[in-house]
Amino acid sequence: MPQFRLPKNSRIVPGKDHPAPSAAKRTRTFRIYRWNPDEGGQPRMDRYTVDLESCGPMVLDALIKIKNEIDPTLTFRRSCREGICGSCAMNIDGTNTLACTKAIDDCRSKEIPIYPLPHLPVIKDLVPDLTHFYAQYASIRPWIRTQSAPPPDRERLQSKEDRAKLDGLYECILCACCSTSCPSYWWNGDRYLGPAILLQAYRWIVDSRDEDTGARLDELEDPFRLYRCHTIMNCARTCPKGLNPAQAIAEIKKLLVQRRGT
Amino acid sequence: MTRPDRPLSPFMIGPYYRPQLTSMTSIAHRITGALLAIGLIGWVVWLHALAWGTPTAITGSTLSRLVLLLFSVGAFYHLANGIRHLFWDAGKGLSIPAAYRSGWTVVALTGLFAVAASFYLFEVIR
Repeated sequence: MPQFRLPKNSRIVPGKDHPAPSAAKRTRTFRIYRWNPDEGGQPRMDRYTVDLESCGPMVLDALIKIKNEIDPTLTFRRSCREGICGSCAMNIDGTNTLACTKAIDDCRSKEIPIYPLPHLPVIKDLVPDLTHFYAQYASIRPWIRTQSAPPPDRERLQSKEDRAKLDGLYECILCACCSTSCPSYWWNGDRYLGPAILLQAYRWIVDSRDEDTGARLDELEDPFRLYRCHTIMNCARTCPKGLNPAQAIAEIKKLLVQRRGT
Repeated sequence: MTRPDRPLSPFMIGPYYRPQLTSMTSIAHRITGALLAIGLIGWVVWLHALAWGTPTAITGSTLSRLVLLLFSVGAFYHLANGIRHLFWDAGKGLSIPAAYRSGWTVVALTGLFAVAASFYLFEVIR
């Protein structure tokens, strides 16, 4: 049964207010999800008003400024600050994206809401538990699987055309923005693999060097693992790298039909 | 290693996740599909009434015409969006711009159909 309400321990209560310094002229307010495992209790929304004159352009800049100057207890993941590590994925202004590549000025809400990635157990503040997501990634065995012996003197080569089939797939950074934007994944994530993992599965299925396509398709031919995709397309809409998991999933479905023959 | 007291991060479309055309057309497809399945019972009742010689059973009152209008608009939307799904199943039109074009097309066609159907039900055959 799909779940439409948050469990009791997850309902959000109003939190603390951190107003801007009085000298600040150009400000923006962020409403940020807070929950501390040491304190327990209900999650709350704290309000932080940031002076934009002394803040970088991206949402991550504001988060770092808040942590440095206003509230050092604020917890979030971040690393590369240039959209290649996927650490700072979170729900900003109503859609999942990377804090480091989302400009503050592009946020439409008057007070910008920031939540952890949707429908995941929260470890602390904006840090969700991605254990299950990574376990699902491991379950597709995302590496090249071969039967033939490799050439003795060089790597397994690939034509330019075959290599081009990986464009739009290899760029995925596994930030989990797409999977956690998918209503199907919210409600059936225990068994449905979700857009990110299916895009990765397709990345290996179309790789000309991989020799285990049949087994890969067998593993996906399942009402839950693959067919919980209902083309809602939140995944493609939200991908911070501009990839299209919905397309990859459709290609997998097509291959499953095609191999059945006539 | 999930601790039992960990909260679930908020997820619902609306309060926490922004509604978007693609997700809205998807949920509308589902809702119209479910309502049409229920509405088929009414359809059978109407056929039954027809068989017993009271063909005005469904167009006789304003309320019954309204029900028929909603049923028809739902059916039209479900059909139009269903065609969209057939293209998607063939792997076509899945880019975000294409999905938005087809989505707005379905919405516009459904609007036109609703206007035409209400004109027919409430003006032509009244």
